[in-house]
Amino acid sequence: MQLKDKVAWITGGGAGIGRATALRFAKEGACLVLGDLDEAGLQETVAAVEAAGGQAAAVAGDITHRDDAERMAAVALERFGRLDILINNAGINRDGLAVKVKDGQVRLMGDEMWDPVLAVNLKGTFLCAQAAAVPMILRGLGGRVVNTSSIGALGNVGQANYAASKAGVIGLTKTLALEWARFNITVNCVAPGATDTRMTAGIPEKLMEGLLAKIPLHRLAQPEEIAEAHLFLASDAAAYVTGQVLFVDGGISVGV
Amino acid sequence: MSEQVDERLAPATPGLLQDKVALVTGASMGIGEAIALDLAANGAHVAFTYRTHAAEAGAVAGRIEQCSRRALALQADVASFEDAQRVIQQAQGGLGRLDILINNAGMNWDAVVWKMTEEQWDRVIEVDLKGTFNYLHAVAPVFKEQGSGKIVNVTSINGLRGKFGQSNYSAAKGGVIALTKTAARELGRYNVNVNSVAPGLIETPMVKQAPEQVREMALAEIVLGRLGTPEEVAHVVSFLCSEAARHITGQVIQVDGGQYM
Repeated sequence: MQLKDKVAWITGGGAGIGRATALRFAKEGACLVLGDLDEAGLQETVAAVEAAGGQAAAVAGDITHRDDAERMAAVALERFGRLDILINNAGINRDGLAVKVKDGQVRLMGDEMWDPVLAVNLKGTFLCAQAAAVPMILRGLGGRVVNTSSIGALGNVGQANYAASKAGVIGLTKTLALEWARFNITVNCVAPGATDTRMTAGIPEKLMEGLLAKIPLHRLAQPEEIAEAHLFLASDAAAYVTGQVLFVDGGISVGV
Repeated sequence: MSEQVDERLAPATPGLLQDKVALVTGASMGIGEAIALDLAANGAHVAFTYRTHAAEAGAVAGRIEQCSRRALALQADVASFEDAQRVIQQAQGGLGRLDILINNAGMNWDAVVWKMTEEQWDRVIEVDLKGTFNYLHAVAPVFKEQGSGKIVNVTSINGLRGKFGQSNYSAAKGGVIALTKTAARELGRYNVNVNSVAPGLIETPMVKQAPEQVREMALAEIVLGRLGTPEEVAHVVSFLCSEAARHITGQVIQVDGGQYM
């Protein structure tokens, strides 16, 4: 068991990649704190983890609020006595063109699309990383932070907000890696390609065909495959890896 | 560095590569040796090449066999196109199949560009870059035919950033990265993953003998404040060879303690 006696906090644990990571980590012996806005989804994940013989505490909350992020970290300490790993997984997208002109009508990506995406994906990642690092640094036994970027960070039509947030996560990851190395906390990020979750469920078939044609492995990632990358970066096998971006994308970031 | 460093070396994961067959080039010592041993500890049978260090190669084979895995030490110069064809055939023949190729063999022969001889340039390119091509070329038909395979090329952070006194080595290792990405595109449709690892300064026998100044300069760059171990590189290679990494291809994974960001 690769994470025996470790305590991991996973944000966005109510569905998709977060749930797959929770189940994978539980299988490796980790105790879990799961955060999400979606309480029902969280309860489903907790039930699935417990059914598999694992332990998980659910904390409903909004990671864009500092108090909520700190509360999730506090639950790890209260319930399990320590915090070893943070998987900063929660994220959202609200797609649209930055400027759309059609039939003489101008439509802009508004604040209501820009602000929440930056707030969750970038500020939320920062707040959770801070909240996790404090107990890790005070305890003095190191730790692991794994953030979530995306191939979207390389730029994607209709995702100005999402791409900016995910490119920001890369800069944040490298900076925190530099700042926290002295505490033996490694900070890396996973950059998934298109993954088979509800985020990609709405992609029209035509668009999906074009997308698959660009992926050298010719398929979407499964959430379980991203979970494996989380596990690798959280495990002792990655002890000397820090400040890195691990693309799990079937080769799409290599280019078309 | 006042904080205590927790080395936290990973234990092998038994069964991660159970009964897979791997070929590692240049595994009589250093990082190649650690890779061969880690693959074996994870359940793989291992063939490997060595060029001149026959006694060391014999010892590595013995340690693989101590893991109850089959070992096959093959003498070869990776710069030789013909040797690569022979080695792939011998590995397949000797161990029954081939699932994993690790292009590890490499060398450096440093000089600033205005003092570098043609021989220095040619030899390093032949070993580090053409050597990788030779084995990719030889193994590709095998992996295409079986519809699966894992290839990991060992490059270097100096192939990403360049390095004073290493124009030949940096060019070769940069070339290995481009070769990795191209092979990933060409072999993706056959369910073959091609990735590379880029170590920073690693505690190998060669580095242990380097002047103290070299180590100190590197340590100043490495944010984790210590050199890596060959085993730490090997763990990442084993991960990339496992089914856990099946959706990762065309990538360069730095194992450098944050030496180059």
